[in-house]
Amino acid sequence: MAAINRDDVAHLARLAHIEMSAQELDRMAGELAVIVDSVKSVSEAAGDDVPATSHPIPLSNVFREDVVGHTFTAEQALSGAPDSLEFRFKVPAILDEA
Amino acid sequence: MTDNNELIRLSAADLAEKLAAGEVTSVEVTQAYLDRIAAVDGGERGVNAFLHVNAEEALAVAAEVDATRAAGGAEAEALHVLAGVPVAVKDLIVTVGQPTTAGSKILEGWHSPYDATVVERLRAAKMPILGKTNLDEFAMGSSTEHSAYGPTRNPWDLDRIPGGSGGGSAAAVAAFEAPLALGTDTGGSIRQPGAVTGTVGVKPTYGSVSRYGAIAMASSLDQIGPVSRTVLDSALLHQVIGGHDPHDSTSLPDPLADLVAAAKTGNVEGLRIGIIKELHGEGYQAGVENRFNDALELLKEAGAQIVEVSCPNFQYALGAYYLIMPSEASSNLAKFDGVRYGLRVLPEDGPMTIERVMGATRAAGFGDEVKRRIILGTYALSAGYYDAYYGSAQKVRTLVQRDFEAAFTVADVLISPTAPTTAFRLGEKLDDPLAMYLNDVATIPANLAGVPGLSLPGGLADEDGLPVGIQLLAPAREDARLYRVGAVLEALLEAKWGGPLLAQAPDLIAGVAGSASSVVEPVETLEAQEAK
Repeated sequence: MAAINRDDVAHLARLAHIEMSAQELDRMAGELAVIVDSVKSVSEAAGDDVPATSHPIPLSNVFREDVVGHTFTAEQALSGAPDSLEFRFKVPAILDEA
Repeated sequence: MTDNNELIRLSAADLAEKLAAGEVTSVEVTQAYLDRIAAVDGGERGVNAFLHVNAEEALAVAAEVDATRAAGGAEAEALHVLAGVPVAVKDLIVTVGQPTTAGSKILEGWHSPYDATVVERLRAAKMPILGKTNLDEFAMGSSTEHSAYGPTRNPWDLDRIPGGSGGGSAAAVAAFEAPLALGTDTGGSIRQPGAVTGTVGVKPTYGSVSRYGAIAMASSLDQIGPVSRTVLDSALLHQVIGGHDPHDSTSLPDPLADLVAAAKTGNVEGLRIGIIKELHGEGYQAGVENRFNDALELLKEAGAQIVEVSCPNFQYALGAYYLIMPSEASSNLAKFDGVRYGLRVLPEDGPMTIERVMGATRAAGFGDEVKRRIILGTYALSAGYYDAYYGSAQKVRTLVQRDFEAAFTVADVLISPTAPTTAFRLGEKLDDPLAMYLNDVATIPANLAGVPGLSLPGGLADEDGLPVGIQLLAPAREDARLYRVGAVLEALLEAKWGGPLLAQAPDLIAGVAGSASSVVEPVETLEAQEAK
């Protein structure tokens, strides 16, 4: 497995929508390289015959009756929103208008 | 009337008895705890276990319980055994009428429009909620130093960490600021703080307590559980919050066993208790190892059969955890984007697009550890790395489960130290994320496998006089065994010490006041901080 470098971190930060300063990228790349190195051995632990476990106690087909239960009013749903307009979340431009 | 200083030191079970007998009122009890919080939580050297104190509502609930009890009749008869006994709630769990911050700036001042299921159950039992307790931001940490609202201090030594992420809940209970608290445990966040503060903490079987309303870090690992000063008290609280919840699709349909009865059974004769070879010895502090051996000796004398088990794949558990947890966290935390709730930060210049607003918001709102884990998780889930990292970690999860299954064929309960060391100093591991992660080495396997775990005080380490935790682990759905064995060990240890371990904790009032001033400042709530 390849080591994680500064360019990787910059790319990942963009994917994760976290702005990072040059200084932060340097520091984060160093810290993550150590962490990634320490977890490497995980890839050598299990053979191909070992199935993956995604959930500790799997439950399947969890259904409920198809009836309307409690729902939030628009006011409740918007109560924590940074900005709203006419019972909707108000956001900055989605498409770049520059 | 009992002296307030005695009142706050009673166990929840004893408080419940005194309330039912009419020897004390819930308002008196609740006020005694609020006074204690005001005396020891605030100020420069305060414990800082609470992010918000919910005095008005707590006293109103207490008064309601007192009125019901005074009126007598069927309603008084129907009161829950813990009615009127106060409780604190980790600030990762949402509550109507109080802010929920998750220890993060990104949720500063946010109020949930709904209650978590566990909070609904506390309300149904009429337990006054004292407030919200401090934690590492989004429960990511082992020291509570990653809280955006300052670290919590360990009541045993105010210059040391109270564990994490639930350091606030553990410290509140250890400092007699609450008799009971709720925590959440993703990799040890209930058990490790319990260990280093000399308190009891339980991570229930995955899915046996609803996660609805616990802000998710890693959904396949997160579990809400009780924090208390005695094993029986944890059983009492566990019984309130446990059981199926249709709001959580991972909630087990099984009925809850009688955990309180298990805590009162008190017999380990013939029980097979397995020492996990990989979870003690090298890498564990000598004082921790000594107290662990003492506990084994006592259990043996009580008639338990001590066997040794090997779980060879536990060596990969920490690595697997630090791939699975950040992967799930990176996905769960994507919702904090400055659109639907919480902070929104606008970029200083350039085009004002939503993507740039998200980038600026998350940069300003998240702390370093949260950013580290989001980046790590994004990396582990990336195309090209997914199989090697996330896929391999999930296979390790299977191997860890198999190790537990094999161990539980020869042992009824497993035992280990809860954490490799006692409480370290504030700041000691803050710049070394990997050293911090190693604290969870003994607690993580239970989360990966979904099995329940309990930590109880095992005594004080010889070299530093700080609390050591003993961890018990049981098969999934067998939480009752933890309470049965835990209560026996607790009774044996307390007989040896001549009382509870917390009776040996230093006088907090003097410690908090410090040398500079003898005047105790009033508790500073989040509102007070905001007002500055």
